[in-house]
Amino acid sequence: MKLPSPPRALRRTPKPGDNGRNGRNGRNGAPATKPSVRDTAVEGGATVVGWLDERTGASPFLRGFLFRKIPKGTNWYYTLGSATMFAFLSQAVTGVFLAMYYEPDPTRAYESASRITNEVFLGEFVRGMHKWGSTVMIILIFLHMGRTFVFGAYKYPRELNWVIGVVLLVLTLAMGLTGYLLPFDQRSFWATVVAVNINASGPVVGPYLADFLRAGAEFGPTTISRFYSLHMLAIPGLIIALIGAHLYLVAKLGTTAPPWLKAEKKDLFREEV
Amino acid sequence: MADPPTYDAKSRYTENRGVAGAFEGETMTRRGLITGTALAAGGIATMAFALPGLGFALGPLFEDTVPTRWQDMGPEEDFNEDTYIPRVMNIVPEVGDAGKTTVYLRKFNRQRDTVIKGQDAQPYVAISTRCAHLGCPVRYIQASKKFVCPCHGGVYGFQGQVEGGPPVRPLDRFYTRVSRAGRVEVGDRFSLNSELERFAPRDPSNHLDGLWQYLYPSRPTT
Repeated sequence: MKLPSPPRALRRTPKPGDNGRNGRNGRNGAPATKPSVRDTAVEGGATVVGWLDERTGASPFLRGFLFRKIPKGTNWYYTLGSATMFAFLSQAVTGVFLAMYYEPDPTRAYESASRITNEVFLGEFVRGMHKWGSTVMIILIFLHMGRTFVFGAYKYPRELNWVIGVVLLVLTLAMGLTGYLLPFDQRSFWATVVAVNINASGPVVGPYLADFLRAGAEFGPTTISRFYSLHMLAIPGLIIALIGAHLYLVAKLGTTAPPWLKAEKKDLFREEV
Repeated sequence: MADPPTYDAKSRYTENRGVAGAFEGETMTRRGLITGTALAAGGIATMAFALPGLGFALGPLFEDTVPTRWQDMGPEEDFNEDTYIPRVMNIVPEVGDAGKTTVYLRKFNRQRDTVIKGQDAQPYVAISTRCAHLGCPVRYIQASKKFVCPCHGGVYGFQGQVEGGPPVRPLDRFYTRVSRAGRVEVGDRFSLNSELERFAPRDPSNHLDGLWQYLYPSRPTT
């Protein structure tokens, strides 16, 4: 099977003398025509990319990753994982900008959150993207999980990727839990009280887990900064690392064909034997 | 004159395993030593920041974050034996409104009320509004003499004992005392099981009856 040719920028940098425009290789020995602005721009871009590629060796890796073979029958359901990842990226970017205005302090959190909505330029829009985007991400991650399950894509040799995916699901839900407190209105306060006490209901470790989440026996001055730290540093860091591992395994193991193409695969197998 | 080393792949001596440049009596290769040292150094360096960091994050489990402070709830004349009077108290003063909670106060009745085992009779009954199910605020309804939780329908009787719904134990109480000036004061929280026996304060949802109580240990500090 022939792979599609890589984008122009990733092709081998032409050496001087390779094409007719350099030196004195113009038609009938005439001086070469002056290269157009477009050619110069393309050449400049290729030079930069070539410089980077020569020093990193990234292009074989990128070509293998971006132009890898996929099975026959691949369809739109296979985009749910990427969609979840883009939902995460959207959350990361909007979250970083929200953090510029938000104050994780029990006496000021509500004020700063309502100031984002009511006073900051585009604040309502960015906060809305973060709020609704969280729901979108959770819906997408469940759809992605369902696709993987229904298509049987969790089977050998992809079990580890399923496990990583389940950890990512739990971390995503933990993001939802820790982020819910941050607006610090009545709903988020009592929802968090209830959620922490659900954690406390676990036998033996539950009470300690609740104390860890609250930073003590009662909802105290550092509870909100603790949730904030988990929400924007600890859990996103873990999610980014695990998305990297998840993608690496996807690229290494390839994707599975849809189950309705199984018969064709069996024929192929029999032929080989 | 020592005999030339005999080759033995399983020998503990590097000399006998045919390692180049081995000393007599040497059991560990230099490569092995350096690898081990590098791994140990990396491990120690990681522990040097990871353990203090972890202790820093887990510290609140082992320290008393709610120090005892007696809070004035008003003069004795404000309260009676037949109904609960709501008062606002500050559990965590540093967090503004989030640290305030309602407490229901009533004079202790020697005829009708159960004396809490393991302590002197309290002059007042101070019921915490924190539901023993998952911590929502309960409300006292005088018409039925019951406490009702809005979240999941927990119902408690006049002494805070469970009468319906999901709660696993009675409502918590606070210690009470009367100051010399005749003011009612409220102190630390304590929890109760269904026999109204006193326990160190637990989180909502933690059982305190039968074998269940051993699954929910009290805090190391209390």
